[in-house]
This record gives sequence, C-alpha cells and structure tokens, in this order.
Amino acid sequence: MASNNFFVPASVTSSGRPVLVPNEVECNLLSNVDIEHDQDDAVSFPPLKSGHFILTTHRLLFLSSSCSSTAVAIPLSVITHIFSSKRSLKSVFHSPRFRFQVSATPDNRILDSDPGRVTGLRSVVITVVVRGKGDWELFLSKMWECWRGRAWETTPSETGPASASASASLYASDGLVRMVGVGGLLRKEQEMWESTDRSLQEAFQDLNALMNKAKEMVMLAEKMRQKLLAGSSSQSNSANDEELGSKEEMQDWLLSVGIVSPVTKESAGALYHQQLSRQLADFVKIPLERAGGMINLIDVYCLFNRARGTALISPDDLSQACSLWEKFDVPVMLRKFDSGVMVIQSKSHSDEEVFGRLRALVTKPEALRHGISASDAAMTLGIAPAMAKEHLLTAEGKGLLCRDISPDGFRFYINLFSEIILDDLFLVKDYGIYSTWVKASSASG
Amino acid sequence: MMQKLGDFKLPAFFNYPPYFTLQPVRDTREKQIQLWKELILDYCRTQKVFLILLEEEFPLFSNPVIERSLNNEARETFLSALVSEGRAEWLDKGHRKCLILWHRIQDWADIILGFVKDNGLEDSVMTVEEIRLGIESRGTELHGMDRTILMRALKLLEHKGKVAIFKGTSADDEGVKFSV
Repeated sequence: MASNNFFVPASVTSSGRPVLVPNEVECNLLSNVDIEHDQDDAVSFPPLKSGHFILTTHRLLFLSSSCSSTAVAIPLSVITHIFSSKRSLKSVFHSPRFRFQVSATPDNRILDSDPGRVTGLRSVVITVVVRGKGDWELFLSKMWECWRGRAWETTPSETGPASASASASLYASDGLVRMVGVGGLLRKEQEMWESTDRSLQEAFQDLNALMNKAKEMVMLAEKMRQKLLAGSSSQSNSANDEELGSKEEMQDWLLSVGIVSPVTKESAGALYHQQLSRQLADFVKIPLERAGGMINLIDVYCLFNRARGTALISPDDLSQACSLWEKFDVPVMLRKFDSGVMVIQSKSHSDEEVFGRLRALVTKPEALRHGISASDAAMTLGIAPAMAKEHLLTAEGKGLLCRDISPDGFRFYINLFSEIILDDLFLVKDYGIYSTWVKASSASG
Repeated sequence: MMQKLGDFKLPAFFNYPPYFTLQPVRDTREKQIQLWKELILDYCRTQKVFLILLEEEFPLFSNPVIERSLNNEARETFLSALVSEGRAEWLDKGHRKCLILWHRIQDWADIILGFVKDNGLEDSVMTVEEIRLGIESRGTELHGMDRTILMRALKLLEHKGKVAIFKGTSADDEGVKFSV
C-alpha cells in the first residue's frame, strides 16, 4: 500500500485477525470489496483493492487480501453521514456499492479524536464497492445500527462495581475515588440497587434491550433467591408481620415468574403450602358434595388447576397441601387405599356410614340372589364406580362382604360364611341373614 | 327341597356363589376352607371316592344351578388343606392326583382288625383282593376300598406285628396272614 496516512492503522494478529479493543464486537463482514473515493473530492487517498471489510461496534476495518499483515480502520465516530443506497439503471451493470461520509483533517487524515478540538475539517465521501457475493444490504443496515449504537462512547466511562474490582488502586481509571469503608459499602449497595432499578426499567421498556438484559435478569433473580434463602435460615421464629408479608409477596412473585422458591419447599409448613392447603379444603367442599363424599385425587388436581386458571400447582404441591390437613381442623381428609388409589374424602362420609348403606343395599332380595357390582354400588351411594369399588373392597376386608368372580363379572354378596356352623353344615337358624338368604334364593327356584 | 348330587345331600351354602370363589380375606378364607374340607370328606365317604384327579371333572367342584365352579387354584388350595391335616395325600409332585383318606390309615387298620375279629380270621390267610372284594367284606367299609390305602393299612399292621404280608401265587396279588 502506498504511504498513506488517511486511514487509521489497525493492529492485526499473527494469523491475520484484527485485534479488537475492549468491548468491541464484530458484527458483519464483506469479502472482496474495494474502497474508493469520489473523483471530485479535494482530499484523496489511494483506493484500497480486494480486501475484507469488517464491521464492528466501534470501527470499520479493511484487511487487504494481498498483504494480510496490514490493516486500516475507520472509526465509526468519524462518520458524519451514511448515504442510503439508491438503485438506478446504472447499478444493474455495476457491482453494488454504498457510500458514507467522514470528517478528515486538513492534512488528509481521518479524524481520530474529539472533533470539537480541530478546525478546518473537510468531508470526504468513501465508496465501498462490493465485488464479492456478500449481503451488502444487511452489512449496510448493521452499519447503521452500530453507528447509532455509539458503543465507543461507553467504553471509557464504565465504572460499575463489576469493573471496579479489576483496579487495585484507590483511584479508578476515570478519576473517581474507589469505594472504601462502610460508607463506601453502603454507597456501593445503593448504586447497585439504583443500577438494578434502571436495569429493570430499561429491560421492560424495550424488548430488544430485554434480550440483552436477559442474562442480567437471570442473575438478578438468582441473587434474590439467594437472599431469600439466606434470610429465612438466619431469621429467628419471631419475624414481624410486615416482613413476612413482603417476603410472601416476593415468593408469590418468584413463583408466578416460574422460579421455584426453595424456602417454601424446604421448611415444613411454610406459608405457601399452608395457604394452599386451606384454599384447597374450601374449594373441594362443593365437588365432594356432588361426588357423594369421595373424589379421586387426580380428579381434584384437574378441577383445582382448572379453577385457578393461571399459577397452576404441581402434583407435589397438591400432595403436600393435602397432607397438611392433618394439622388443621378441616372437614376433609386424604385417604390412601391398599390398591394405592388416593382419594379426598369428606369426614362426614365415614366408613361406618358407608358400610351401613352398603349393608342395606346388599341385603335386599335382589342383591341377596345376584349380588352387587361396583356400578350398582356407585348408583346407590351416588359416587363414581371406581370409588365405589374401593368402598366394596374395604367392606370385604372388614368381613361385611364376600366376592364372587365369574364370567358374569366381579360381584359382592353379604358375607354368610360367618353364619354357617361347622359342626352342622345343614343347620340354618330361623332368624338371621342366612335364613333370609335361603328364602330369597329358593324363591327364584 | 334339598339339593342333591347323586344321593348326596348338599347343604344350603352350596348355592352361595362366593363359596366357589377363593376368598382373599384371611378370616373369611379360613372358614371357607373348613367348609370345603368337611364337604369333600363327607362326599368321599358316602360316595366311596378314594382318589380325586384334578385334571378330571369332580362333581362336587361345580354347581350348574348357579353356574359356578372352582378354579384350579381353589381346588388345589382345599385339597392341600386336607393333606396338611393328614386327611389326604398327594400322589404326585405336580399335585394333580390326591388320595382322600376320609378314614385315616390308622382308622383303616382298626377296621381291618375289627373285621378279622368279627369273622374269626385270627390265624387265617387271605389275599389282599379277597379282603377288598371277597364275600366276607361285603357290607363292611372294607368292601371296594382303594387298594393303595388297604396296602398302607396292612403295612402299618405289619409294623405292629399283627399281620404278615407275603408274595402270593399270582403275580399281582399278595397274601396276608393274620396273627391278631
């Protein structure tokens, strides 16, 4: 390249990659471009031929293909105008190109520092001729974004607590005194919360910005969670109501965002599950009534979540909420059958009460002759067949009923075995269920 | 009207459908087993049944009136209960053949001794078949009894020195000398 001081030199690694300044990020690349200037410009530079054109957040870099060890840069800060690309008849025959305008000093250099200090500036129009096949329109739009982003302006003034830790001296790089002592710690806290607040506001205003902030948000949520965790374990049992209230709000918020609060799951009888437990007991009253006093736990899970609409509870939450009922005085209970089926049962529908009704059912003449099935019981008791079956099995276990399995199905009869005398197999007393049964079954012939 | 199986009177509970389903609840099941044991022994005694083959139809195990019959598991359970009590014996490892001892072997031995005394056979000799099917035993429980059981009873008596068993003139019969 001819000796030329127009562009700003750019450093390149030994393998030909540009060296980026801190926080500088590459955004786009065009291969095989020429950099030219307009003929009518007073200031000129020799054209740059066949190079890689790299767009970063801070600069435009040109890496010559022929001489890979040298590279030049155009700081985005010196760009004064980007021309919109016009399509004309001419452009059909030419390679695509786009133009932008930069400030140059009187002595034919690109301005590399604060424009406010130099006078006699000129405008130079630079044309980028795209000889390769890259998506130059995309490159151009990214260039607009980076130019508007002004990333080079934030670099020198970044003094958040994160970067302050790098410096060991009392004075930070921008001249501010570093935070020391208790006052410093408090100020540091304050600044952190303010920046957090700003962070939150910015995040929620601009969705694009939110995507950038996403990582920060996750870290923030994590910190809050840690704080809650630390707070609960160090607190004595006498916490004032206000604190508990806001802590609860915090937990609710975290839960609604979808973050599981470790506080509620780890500590027994934590507030969340207690409240849920009571809410559930209230909710389940009406469905229980309609279902005849017993509902399968899975059905309750569906009903409850459907009623809640949002903020659905997990099966584990439900299970825990139910197990808490033992501690409160609620009219419902969780019950597990031998078969493993779990139900919610109304306390008023006790086993004795159900057995009484079953006994009445199963000693009717028809039932004496043919027994009852789970659906027969379900209809009489006004409960679901699956629930009825559980009741029948329980009654069988207590010796009230006996089973009869045949091609006709699974049926239950009143237990007569206890009525039969071993010493006299033919004895049927005049009274009692055995004689009633004998009369009923012989009636059918 | 009492139901019958042949000339065997059936109790009322024979028409109780759960009687033909093996009950899972312990107390109920125990009662059920007791009832079946008694019924089986009674039936076998009156009908002179000595052997039950599970592969074959056994009239007591089905009730066509209520359309129920015991499944294999139930049959084996009730017969095993008899075996445990010494009132039956499995003749095979697969538990498909069951010898019913509605009289225990000891009881049969006593019946044989009674028979010998009643007929003045104290020092005589008889073949096993004669004991089982001969004119003398007609009208007694010995008549028509199972040969296996008879041999067992005789062996028991032999142990006690009351009889002596020896090979007879024909290949498939043995002789018995009483020394009661």
